[in-house]
Amino acid sequence: MSELIYEKKGVIVHIKGPVVIAEGMRGARIREVVYVGDERLIGEIVRIEGDKAIIQVYEPTGGVKSGEPVERTGEPLSAELGPGLLGQVLDGLGRPLEVIAEEAGGPFITRGIKALTLPRDKKWHFTPLKRVGDEVVSGDVLGTVPEGSIIHKIMLPPTIEKAKILEIVPEGDYTIEEPIAIVEHIGGKEEIRMYHKWPVRTPRPFKEKLAPVELLVTGQRVIDTFFPIVKGGTSAVPGGFGTGKTVTLHQISKWADADVVVYVGCGERGNEMTDLLHTFPKLVDPKSGRPLLERSVLIANTSNMPVPAREASIFMGITYAEYYRDMGLHVVLTADSTSRWAEALRELSSRLEEIPSERGYPAYLPDYIASFYERAGRIKVSGDRDELGSVAVIGAVSPSGGDLNEPVTQHTMRYVGAFWALDKDLAFKRHFPSINWLRSFSKYTSGLKNWWIDNTGHDMMAYRDKAMDLLQRASSLEEVARVVGEAALSDENRLVLLSAELIKEGFLVQNAYHEVDTYCSPKKQALLLKTLLEFYDRTRPMIDAGVPISRIAEMRSLGALRRLKFIPEEEFEDAVKEALAQLESEISSLLAEVR
Amino acid sequence: MSIHGLIYKGIDQVKGPLVIMRGVPGAAYEEVVRIYSEDGREWFGQVLEAGRDKIVIQVLGDTEGLDSNVMVRFTGTTLKIPVSDEMLGRVFNGAGEPIDGGPKIRADDIRDINGAPINPAKRDYPDEFIETGLSAIDGMLSLVRGQKLPIFSEAGLPHNEVAAQVARQAVVPGKAERFSIVFAAIGLKYDDVLYFRRQFEEFGALSRSILFLNLANDPVIERITTPRVALTAAEYLAFDLGMDVLVIITDMTNYCEALRELSSAREEVPSRKGYPGYMYSDLASIYERAGRIIGRPGSITFMPILTMPGGDLTHPIPDLTGYITEGQIFLDLDLHNRGIYPPINVLPSLSRLMKDGIGPGKTREDHKEVSDQLYAAYSQGTKARELVQIVGEAGLSPREKLYLEFARRFEREFVAQGFRERRSIEETLEIAWDILSILPEAELTRISEKTISKYHPKRRAAARVE
Ligand SMILES: Nc1ncnc2c1ncn2[C@@H]1O[C@H](COP(=O)(O)OP(=O)(O)O)[C@@H](O)[C@H]1O
Ligand SMILES: [Mg+2]
Repeated sequence: MSELIYEKKGVIVHIKGPVVIAEGMRGARIREVVYVGDERLIGEIVRIEGDKAIIQVYEPTGGVKSGEPVERTGEPLSAELGPGLLGQVLDGLGRPLEVIAEEAGGPFITRGIKALTLPRDKKWHFTPLKRVGDEVVSGDVLGTVPEGSIIHKIMLPPTIEKAKILEIVPEGDYTIEEPIAIVEHIGGKEEIRMYHKWPVRTPRPFKEKLAPVELLVTGQRVIDTFFPIVKGGTSAVPGGFGTGKTVTLHQISKWADADVVVYVGCGERGNEMTDLLHTFPKLVDPKSGRPLLERSVLIANTSNMPVPAREASIFMGITYAEYYRDMGLHVVLTADSTSRWAEALRELSSRLEEIPSERGYPAYLPDYIASFYERAGRIKVSGDRDELGSVAVIGAVSPSGGDLNEPVTQHTMRYVGAFWALDKDLAFKRHFPSINWLRSFSKYTSGLKNWWIDNTGHDMMAYRDKAMDLLQRASSLEEVARVVGEAALSDENRLVLLSAELIKEGFLVQNAYHEVDTYCSPKKQALLLKTLLEFYDRTRPMIDAGVPISRIAEMRSLGALRRLKFIPEEEFEDAVKEALAQLESEISSLLAEVR
Repeated sequence: MSIHGLIYKGIDQVKGPLVIMRGVPGAAYEEVVRIYSEDGREWFGQVLEAGRDKIVIQVLGDTEGLDSNVMVRFTGTTLKIPVSDEMLGRVFNGAGEPIDGGPKIRADDIRDINGAPINPAKRDYPDEFIETGLSAIDGMLSLVRGQKLPIFSEAGLPHNEVAAQVARQAVVPGKAERFSIVFAAIGLKYDDVLYFRRQFEEFGALSRSILFLNLANDPVIERITTPRVALTAAEYLAFDLGMDVLVIITDMTNYCEALRELSSAREEVPSRKGYPGYMYSDLASIYERAGRIIGRPGSITFMPILTMPGGDLTHPIPDLTGYITEGQIFLDLDLHNRGIYPPINVLPSLSRLMKDGIGPGKTREDHKEVSDQLYAAYSQGTKARELVQIVGEAGLSPREKLYLEFARRFEREFVAQGFRERRSIEETLEIAWDILSILPEAELTRISEKTISKYHPKRRAAARVE
């Protein structure tokens, strides 16, 4: 008796929303991609029971009937990796939105569209770096092509451990489908193209993980100075609606000093993606002088697009990020919002009738969140080269009811190095970014002392501590003032409030839509904070000398100090000198009055 | 083998709004079915679960009288409605059938009521200012063409009046054409419906409106279809016929409650407060139908109204809505009780698309800064007001007193206005400057020196003297 162990095609026996059950699927594997029904909708096998496969379908299933076929592909859900990713706008499955629009013949997304991520007809200028006869290992660079603002390294894929080059093409223009080399390895001869596929749920290999040490400059003062993130670090941005999560992620993807940015719009607004699509081609990357879009990969799986694809989109994005990291580049991945991603998981879990844990999320939620953030890091790349690459991951979290005690926020908090807790009350006051300085944290500050000294000449972390001390004192005084009124506080305490107010208005508040204020270099941040701190140091003795606080609060130089942040970098140093001079002269005349 | 168009006799089980049949292979997921009883009654349903061995049908409407002898006809299609410009001026129920006694609609096309997601790459970014004539909205929460901006309200607050006033007054400056209106009532009292009807009639908008009515005593299940049917019609007007459509749907809270009822009938695991875990995505599939599309002239501007249970902003209905919509207009019981109309509390309100819809060439160059400053100052003022409760006005510092006065004038002069009063954006900004000028200039830190010197009333007065 022989036993049937492999069937190429199955038959649908049940459809309930995005979950479809098919029979006759012997030999199928978990995570295998399948085409479902007559319209060949894209799906992924999530569970196997005997010859039955339970499939999560990435497209709407309305109209699908039992009896329709399910076709196996034999492959897991994979990302296409090669030149042509930068500048792309993809859906959660890696299909270019422009191609979807062409295939659909209109602005609405229809079903069953198959579209490859990378353009097949475009020629890339390939320069070989290896010669016939060379021995290579996975990760070795066979050659390079210029792509957008970077030099794209064509590497021996991780699937080939070790090989010998039999043939390699001369410098010239090739499409990604044309073989650029033939290598020989244990398994035999293999043609190498400029792209390969990688299963999105499997982290890409590297040689070694290293501690992250270098500031990821975002140009956002409260982040860089107070709650910094590093290259290869992780951060979460939790906050209720309207507190500024999306603007924060947009700002970082615009201004961060990274080589490549991957932006994943996961279950959020359509117009927010459109906003990026409108601004990215117009903004110039200060590093390369080229449009920002050329260093970016945008993934848009908006809230009205199929829920299961949200789940895939995050993994798709991190795989792209790792690929550029492997070239020795610094990559930033921003995900808006990881909560929608976790909710997609919850929905699938409930459709599969798994036992729910907290708030209906499956018990494996923490592992799932960890598996994403763990793919961040600063690493030594594979292959025979001494290069470092990094992926920093920044995820928005959208807690229901704005309550940070919910499972996604709580579990995320355990895995991230920085935590920017957004505050509804600050947002209502239009204090943006609404990062609450008492509830946020960054584990990276202590390692950055020297970075600031080396790069700005300022001991910024000392300024930070001083400013933080003022802010904390002010916060407890405010508690008191809320009960007795500010007027009942001593002048000394009211000066603390005034100085903290100056730090808030003059430093922490940063307008993303202001031409100058939208970005602040580390140098400017350091000088600005130092100057604002001087206000307290210089005015503190005036209180002892008997100058009433009301007179100090009226000083015109205070207005100048509050507005210093709006001065462009080139004029900044002069403006600081002028403001300080004005402060000094006001101080002396006030002191003269009381004497 | 296809059963479509085929009729089966007999069902296995009725469970609330759900009908279970066995041995009916080949039913399609979400397919529409019609059910007939022997005494000639008819129901309408949709396949919720399509299995070879078992199918589950969700019946729309009251299932009383539904027994195991009914006949079930499978139509072979998902839920669709006919669309055409003939719909303008007409009244329909929540399933899209005319209820005004007029003739049937001659269809230009038949559309699935669920629509299809707009490709994000094909959206046109909404950035054209709509002047509503209401200072709180135009000045602080500017609405743009193609935005989805809900009204968050509470029972007893004048949300109907605010929505009607916006519908009456809204214009895109420089555009001659007025908005067409698609109005959908979900679980509303007849009085409320009459109110809107009369308003539309009074300002001559009936002929450019379509009304979809699901009243409080209409089938709960049709509350699920009403907004989808309405948006299907709106999409046709906007993206096929090129009209600017204003969609008003009220009350989304009734919609969400119907969704919860349905979910519990299906015995699904509930999320917060009994609402289903997929409510976010479900609401998104409605709200995200607003917008503009590249290369097409029309637009859908969407103003849903919802009442916050217990006035609680963190309740799942306003919470999930706020996570999807492009801001919110928050009506405040306290302002209402103090006689302020419209009782818009600008602090928890927001218009996310304001930034690109205002400024030079659109409204005025000082608009953004003025609005930022008003927010900051008003929030100081409300803080001072809270303090008065504790320490009395005498306990305030002179600065706090000034802000208290600012908040009072802001509410009385800027926010408050008549139901028939229409202010131009210039008038709105003039009032703003007038109130801001009671503060010392050093306090106006959100406004640049340049803007102050050009627009501050004291500076202008000084300039006139020279
Ligand atoms: N840094 C900022 N500068 C200016 N405005 C901001 C800033 N951050 C947020 N905002 C304002 O807050 C609104 C909501 O921000 P958003 O990031 O969309 O919130 P969330 O994603 O948390 O819902 C924006 O539309 C904008 O008006
Ligand atoms: Mg957001």
